[in-house]
Amino acid sequence: MGHIQTNNLCREFVNRRKKKREDGKYLPDEKVSVLEDINIEVEDGEMVCLLGPSGCGKSTLLRIIAGFDKQTSGSILIDGKEITGPSSDNIFVFQHSGLLPWMTVWQNVELGLRHMEDVEEKRTEIQEYIEMVELDGFEEHYPRQLSGGMQRRAELARALAVNPDILIMDEPFSGLDFLTHMKMREEVVNMHQFLGKTILIVTHDIDDALIMGDRVVVFSKRPSQVKMNRKLDFPHPRIVFNKQTELSQLRDELFLMLGVSYAV
Amino acid sequence: MMTETHSTLTKNIAPVLSFTVLVLVWELTVRFAGWDANVLPGPYNVLESMIELIATGSLFKHTVASLFRVTWGFYIAAMLGIPLGIILGRSQIASMLLNPIIHFLRPISPLAWIPLAMLWFGIGDQPAVFLIFLSSFFPIVVATTVAVHSINPTFFYVAANFNFSRKEVIQKIVIPAIIPDIITALRLTVTIAWIVVVAAEMIAVQSGLGYLILDSRNGLRLDYVMDGMIIIGLIGLYLDYIMRRLGRIESASWGIGQQ
Repeated sequence: MGHIQTNNLCREFVNRRKKKREDGKYLPDEKVSVLEDINIEVEDGEMVCLLGPSGCGKSTLLRIIAGFDKQTSGSILIDGKEITGPSSDNIFVFQHSGLLPWMTVWQNVELGLRHMEDVEEKRTEIQEYIEMVELDGFEEHYPRQLSGGMQRRAELARALAVNPDILIMDEPFSGLDFLTHMKMREEVVNMHQFLGKTILIVTHDIDDALIMGDRVVVFSKRPSQVKMNRKLDFPHPRIVFNKQTELSQLRDELFLMLGVSYAV
Repeated sequence: MMTETHSTLTKNIAPVLSFTVLVLVWELTVRFAGWDANVLPGPYNVLESMIELIATGSLFKHTVASLFRVTWGFYIAAMLGIPLGIILGRSQIASMLLNPIIHFLRPISPLAWIPLAMLWFGIGDQPAVFLIFLSSFFPIVVATTVAVHSINPTFFYVAANFNFSRKEVIQKIVIPAIIPDIITALRLTVTIAWIVVVAAEMIAVQSGLGYLILDSRNGLRLDYVMDGMIIIGLIGLYLDYIMRRLGRIESASWGIGQQ
C-alpha cells in the first residue's frame, strides 16, 4: 500500500536572518511560506515526478512525507493515516549518498533486514537485492570504492530490501554522468514496472519526468503552489523528441512554464 | 607529490641523517664552547652513562614506572572522556549544564593540581596518574564532542528511516563516524600525557623518568639528565608511531586506502 493524500498542506519557515536583506524582501523573524495549500493525491503504485524551480519546496514536501519534517498546517495522510515520524515503510533515497561509509555494500543492504531471524534466509535475500542492482562481486566493497552510479544502485538495493510501500527519491540522478544517468533512469523505470511501488521523485530534469512519470506535478516559485498536475498515460518506452507529438508539445510547455524557452 | 617520488630507502635514511647532524653539532659545541663537562656533557659521555644506567637496570625501572602511570592515566581519561564527549555531543541539556564547567577547568594546567593531588592521594603512583588523567581528559572530551557535532546529519535521517533504536544509533552511527577524529585526538593527547608525567614525577614520586632527571640534577650528573631526556624523546616518538598505526587500521575499515 502506498496511497498519499495531502490536504491544504502548508509549511512555513521562520527567517533567522538578523538584518534586513538588501532588497528588503524578508524581515527578521518574519515567516517565510514555502509550501502553500498543496493538494495532491498519489495513487498506490504510481510514480510521480515533482518538478519546480530550485528552492521551491519540493524537497521539503518529500521530507515531510518521509517524516523528517512537519507541516505547519494542513494534513497529509498515507493510506488514510497521519504521519507520526520516519518509518521503514517510506524509504528516503538521499540526493548525495546516504550509504553509511563505514559499512560495506553488504552491511548497508543488511540494515533493512537486520531483524530477520533466519540467518540463511537473510543471506539469500541480501544477495538477491544486490544482484538486482547488478552489484554482485562488490558485496565487500566500501561506498568510497564504488563509482557514483554504483553508490546510487547500492542505496537503491538497500531501500528496496526493506520492502517499503513508498520510495522517496530526492534528485536521485544528480551528479551522475550522462550515460549513467540514462542507465539509472532505465533501471528505476524497470524496477517500478516490476515491483509496482509508489515512487516520488524530485527532479530538475524535465525529460526524466516525462519519460519516467505516471504523473508529473509542477510547483511554482516560492511560496509554492501546484501549477500543473497531469497524468502521463503514455506507454513505455517513451520517446520525447519526435514521434509522440503530444508528449513533445507538453515538453515545450513545461520548459516555458519553468521560465526557459527550449528552442534557442 | 614529493612523498611518491622518493623511495622508502630515502625515507628511512633521511631521519638517520638528520640525527647524525644533530649529534655532530652537539659534539662540536662541546669541543669548541669550552664548557665544563658538568654543564654540557658530550655525546660519548652520555652514551657511556646510558650503558651504565641500562646495565644497572635503573633506566628500565624508571621507564616502566613512567609508562605505567601514563597508560593508566591516559586509559582512564579515554574510558571516561569519550563516553562523556558522546553524551555532550548528543544531548543539548547535558552540554548546557556541563560545558561551562569543562571549559572553566580545561585551561587550568594539570601542574596547578599538584598540591591538591598530593594531599588527596599522598605520595606514589596515584597523584601522578591523576595528573595525567587531568591532562588527557579535557582534550579528549572536547575533541569527542566536536566530532559528534560534525557527523553528517544525513546519517541520522538514515537511522530514523530504518527504525534504529537509541542504542543502534550510538553503535552503528555515532561511534564509527567519530573513530577517525578520536584517533587523531588520542594521538595529540598522548603526547601531552607524556609531557605531564615527567613534570608530575619531579614532585610526587620516587621513581620514573621525571624523578631520574630531578635526582640526577641534585647529584649534578647532567649526563644522566640527558639520558632521561633522550629516552623521553624516543618513547614519545614511539607512542606517536603506535597512534598513527591505529589511525591506519581504522581508516581501512572506512574503506580509505584500500582502493
